Amino acid sequence: MSRPELADLVVGQQIGTHEVRLDRARLVRYAGASGDLNPIHWDEAFATRVGLPGVIAHGMLTMGAVVTSVVDWVGDPGAVLDYQTRFSAPVPVPAAGDVTVAVTATVGALEPADDEAAHGVARIDLLATCDGQRVLTKAQVRVRL
Amino acid sequence: MPLNAAYAGRQYAPDAPYVVGREKIREFADAVGSTHPAHHDVAHARGLGYPDVVAPPTFAVVIAQRTEAQLITDPDAGIDFSRVVHADERFTHHRPLVAGDRITTVLHVDRVIERSGLAMVTTRCELYALPAELPDDVAPVDVTSLTDHVATVTSTLAIRGADA
Repeated sequence: MSRPELADLVVGQQIGTHEVRLDRARLVRYAGASGDLNPIHWDEAFATRVGLPGVIAHGMLTMGAVVTSVVDWVGDPGAVLDYQTRFSAPVPVPAAGDVTVAVTATVGALEPADDEAAHGVARIDLLATCDGQRVLTKAQVRVRL
Repeated sequence: MPLNAAYAGRQYAPDAPYVVGREKIREFADAVGSTHPAHHDVAHARGLGYPDVVAPPTFAVVIAQRTEAQLITDPDAGIDFSRVVHADERFTHHRPLVAGDRITTVLHVDRVIERSGLAMVTTRCELYALPAELPDDVAPVDVTSLTDHVATVTSTLAIRGADA
């Protein structure tokens, strides 16, 4: 697959959409893989007791899952220079079935290579929603191109 | 117990090294659903110029979380983990993190604020690869020997008040 070129991109251009489906098994798997064993991500009674609507996804699972399409698009995970987000709303995950986070990736800014920068940088902005509500804000990925 | 504002500005000593494993990268990539072959296939990663499989963009949280525990589990810091909500997170990669890296991390408490029932703590983890001559079974003593700066991980936790 050919790599994207900075010169071919324009600000506002959509580079892809994808869906992340989260169920309880996925949360347990992420808990084990990451070492984040906070019971709000797997114990309904605990989550409710501390005032949450129920079990919620790890913010870090959502953050890690929504960026995968950008890694595939850029073709090299080592090209991701910076990735940040704010967590604006929890993603409740039901006991049965799953929940979908819809992701849209758009070119947010372009910084061509110049005398000071040896390589160009594209900032990709991620819109992530669950049931129409934004779950991440200022989710930005800076990639080397 | 309220959040301890005196912790703002605190810097910890480098912690015991974390050795980045190939299988851990694969396991983490599977957990977040990252199927890019550079996380899984050594030959593919080498073809891109890396010595081994490359960590996903958020993998460093595994290392940072372990380092942040020095603060979170410190009773004097006053952080009630059952009331913690993650507010923001940022990864700055100074170079790609790959299997085989031996990482020691320096924890900084950048900010502690409390307003209207909500307390916020911002931490910064600076990840360094150990110099080849240092053993990876003990924490390095001299922070100035750490020159291979791999990543910066910044995280803000919000701690909800008892009635918030």
